[in-house]
Amino acid sequence: MKHLLSTHDLALHDALRLLDTAEEMAAVGEREIKKLPALRGRTVVNLFYEDSTRTRISFEAAAKRLSADVINFAAKGSSVSKGESLKDTAQTLEAMSADAVVIRHPASGAPARLAASGWIDAAVLNAGDGTHEHPTQALLDAFTLRRHWAKVAGTGSPGSDLTGMRVLIVGDILHSRVARSNVWLLKTLGAEVTLVGPPTLLPVGVDTWPCTVRYNLDEALADRPDAVMMLRLQAERMNAAFFPSTREYSRRWGFDDARLAALDTLGLGDTVIMHPGPMNRGLEISAAAADSVRSTVLAQVRNGVSVRMAALYLLLAGGTHDHPAAPTVRENPALSPTKEPAV
Amino acid sequence: MTVPAPHAGAAPRVVLAEADIDRALTRIAHEILEANKGASDLVLLGIPRRGYPLAQRLARRIGAVDPSVDPRAITGQLDVTLYRDDLQRNPTRPPRATQLPPTGIDEKVVVLVDDVLYSGRTIRAALDALADLGRPRIVRLAVLVDRGHRELPIRADHVGKNLPTSSAERVRVHLEEIDTAGGRPVNEVVIEGGA
Amino acid sequence: MTGAEPTPGNGYLIRGASPLGGPRQDLLIRDGLIARVGPGAAPDPGTRVIDADGLIALPGMVDLHTHLREPGREDAETVETGSRAAALGGFTAVHAMANSSPVADTAGVVEQVYSLGERAGWVEVRPVGAVTVGLAGERMAELGAMAESRARVRVFSDDGICVSDPVLMRRALEYVKAFDGVIAQHAQEPRLTEGAQMNEGEVSAVLGLTGWPAVAEESIIARDVLLAQHVNSRLHVCHVSTAGSVEILRWAKARGISVTAEVTPHHLLLTDDLVRSYNPVYKVNPPLRTADDVQALREALADGTIDAVGTDHAPHPSEHKECEWAQAAMGMTGLETALSVVQHAMVETGLLDWEGFARVTSTRPAEIGRLAHQGRPLAEGEPANLILVDPAARWTVDPHRMATMGRNSPFAGLQLPGRVSATFYRGHPTVLDGALNTPLTPAAKETAWTG
Ligand SMILES: [Zn+2]
Repeated sequence: MKHLLSTHDLALHDALRLLDTAEEMAAVGEREIKKLPALRGRTVVNLFYEDSTRTRISFEAAAKRLSADVINFAAKGSSVSKGESLKDTAQTLEAMSADAVVIRHPASGAPARLAASGWIDAAVLNAGDGTHEHPTQALLDAFTLRRHWAKVAGTGSPGSDLTGMRVLIVGDILHSRVARSNVWLLKTLGAEVTLVGPPTLLPVGVDTWPCTVRYNLDEALADRPDAVMMLRLQAERMNAAFFPSTREYSRRWGFDDARLAALDTLGLGDTVIMHPGPMNRGLEISAAAADSVRSTVLAQVRNGVSVRMAALYLLLAGGTHDHPAAPTVRENPALSPTKEPAV
Repeated sequence: MTVPAPHAGAAPRVVLAEADIDRALTRIAHEILEANKGASDLVLLGIPRRGYPLAQRLARRIGAVDPSVDPRAITGQLDVTLYRDDLQRNPTRPPRATQLPPTGIDEKVVVLVDDVLYSGRTIRAALDALADLGRPRIVRLAVLVDRGHRELPIRADHVGKNLPTSSAERVRVHLEEIDTAGGRPVNEVVIEGGA
Repeated sequence: MTGAEPTPGNGYLIRGASPLGGPRQDLLIRDGLIARVGPGAAPDPGTRVIDADGLIALPGMVDLHTHLREPGREDAETVETGSRAAALGGFTAVHAMANSSPVADTAGVVEQVYSLGERAGWVEVRPVGAVTVGLAGERMAELGAMAESRARVRVFSDDGICVSDPVLMRRALEYVKAFDGVIAQHAQEPRLTEGAQMNEGEVSAVLGLTGWPAVAEESIIARDVLLAQHVNSRLHVCHVSTAGSVEILRWAKARGISVTAEVTPHHLLLTDDLVRSYNPVYKVNPPLRTADDVQALREALADGTIDAVGTDHAPHPSEHKECEWAQAAMGMTGLETALSVVQHAMVETGLLDWEGFARVTSTRPAEIGRLAHQGRPLAEGEPANLILVDPAARWTVDPHRMATMGRNSPFAGLQLPGRVSATFYRGHPTVLDGALNTPLTPAAKETAWTG
């Protein structure tokens, strides 16, 4: 693996390697001395074109625990906000000998563009791009789910997958990079994914995704999921006529107290409630649900550092160009010079 | 059987057979007890991969000598991947688990166990890793084979066999806990390659 | 260009070319006309002989849809560089789109572009006039003044922006009847495509790029063909990109509605699967669609539902493409690859023969643009706007070796068939041996048929 751009093209083998490595990193996180020398002398740049203190801090903690030098490069107040192009910024970071660039960007595909452009040699880690993907969020979700699934089964987490686990992802799928990354990764790990949300917030083309789509949350809960992942409802969607009102949204697709109680009624003692944060309490998730014993919200945050340590370690520790990972950008057959165009 | 590498000079030759390994480990177990004046505070930490089954075998032998010792309670695994100084020279290796005995290692007599002692860099990494995990009273080193060519001021306290080798040769340790040959478990030490 | 080689007094004898891929003929070109067509002609002294063994003679290609960028964006393209690219690509006429700066919405601007084209002398440059003032979609521009100007504008378009106001569109369709004009609509419903980045479908769902639904194009075309029928006017649809649009056009033509349509070479070959790379060289308006759409477009071009190929040649400075997808400019270059892509997609697939190729690249676009001297048969007495093509040649597209200033070719690296060996514009070879020769000099322009 040279870059971590998406989970769409992440092979099962690489996904398991990331999760297993994260288990070892988590063990380090439980020690008194939480620092490892593995990335000593390496430079990790956090290039954030969007404010996200949570994600930046998580990556920063991960890099520092591995002894890397960290440079935080926020777009606001820098030359970036004065119109400097991504290319110029990338070349600046290259000149500073960055070994990895952790990029958060409002434009879908910006990390892929950075990785494929030749502007920079560094490993590129996607820390969330537009409405495309957020692979480390999905990895930490999968890590959290895997530990839970192993505990329920009474086995060990390392090496295991999510075969047979039923996961609901609820909310604004259309604009959610978390949902996309989770659909691909959880499917790769063997889980059965069901998306639930208003039809206006499900993308055209979702029928081709490897998951089930439903509009009714209560019916989906009656199908006895093992985990329910609630997505954050972005403020800008609330006034964009995707649904009549936040009240109606909350009633139909919010995880409220009644639905929390329904889990007990259905006898789903082991079903967990997830949320990538930050939560809109009272909107997509009730306070009681967020704070219940079923909630994995804090475990998700904790696991985020372990997963990001694993990603940084696996991308950066070894010699460069070691073994090619699954290609992240597929060539189009129409452009293959030897072949008849596929169209 | 090990298939020789295409460019290998000589055919692989067995330098320690199963019985030799057994004898060496029994001797080392006794040496450890002797040096420690008994089994008290002993912790055996194997370095993955083949150091760990060796540590388990040593612990069983110690348990056989001193029935008050529960072999499993004094055995652990110490992964040193994240402490290596040659990470950037090799393809990325995922770390393996580190598992300490329930007693921990503080104020213990830790015996590091590995299969082959060569440059000494693995042991340097192990000492660094140990320092991040606790503070043992004494750290000792037991290896099945010492093949020379040290690059650091490190030496083993307990050695199964000293094997003079050329650096062009490769020393392979096969243990039945990990290795098989033709579907059958195998215990042997072989030398491959060289002139 | 000064010091250009004058046309030999006794013209050119093209020896052994296959007109429209038919039997070999010799063509004598003299005084801007095709003076003689027939086998075995002996050259007069002073006549330059061009060996056209193995080459196909075709009428010079006519592009209904070219962005030459001048005035205003000379960093992207000029009339000079764009018309050189056109000549090399086998064109003898191009329609320069109106979205320059200032917008070509007055007689003054269209005459300026027309004059720049004349001065360059590589191809006939016919300005397209804007439908509305400043392309703002509010007030009709002075269409009559542009029609009566020296540029004789017949095609009007707000291309890049849809004339979405149905009343304005109706009025424009009605108004241009006074001078036999045509409204070329960029069919894109604006509300349905707010922030749109790529074709809406399976790929956009995965990539998280805002979708550009086919219905945004189809609903405008449906509305416009009904308007054209209602006011009995002439409508041209730019760069048709979806299978649904094809069905609407087929229906409209069957009802006798006076609608014509064009398709770009890139929509005949490329699909939205390429966007998976997030490389903005594939970002274009309308967006690349699916393989099913490509197939429908090819069939529609073959059966005449789509009349013509229009390149939508849209050069951009590199910084507008070397960036994130969402920030990148939309558009692709096309003049120097059009012939090869159409040969590859239409001729080599058996959908069109060379006669059909001439129809969609020359005859029909010239008729739609009302270019009297373009798209004519290769016959005695006709204007000598023609090209010689080596259909057996294979070449690899390298944007850095093109005459256009734009490097944004989506075909870069692709091996394509067919090369333009020579281009004759008004009897003058602007391209010889596959390379630029000389432009038409002002003296040579004084030919019999200039009018
Ligand atoms: Zn257009």
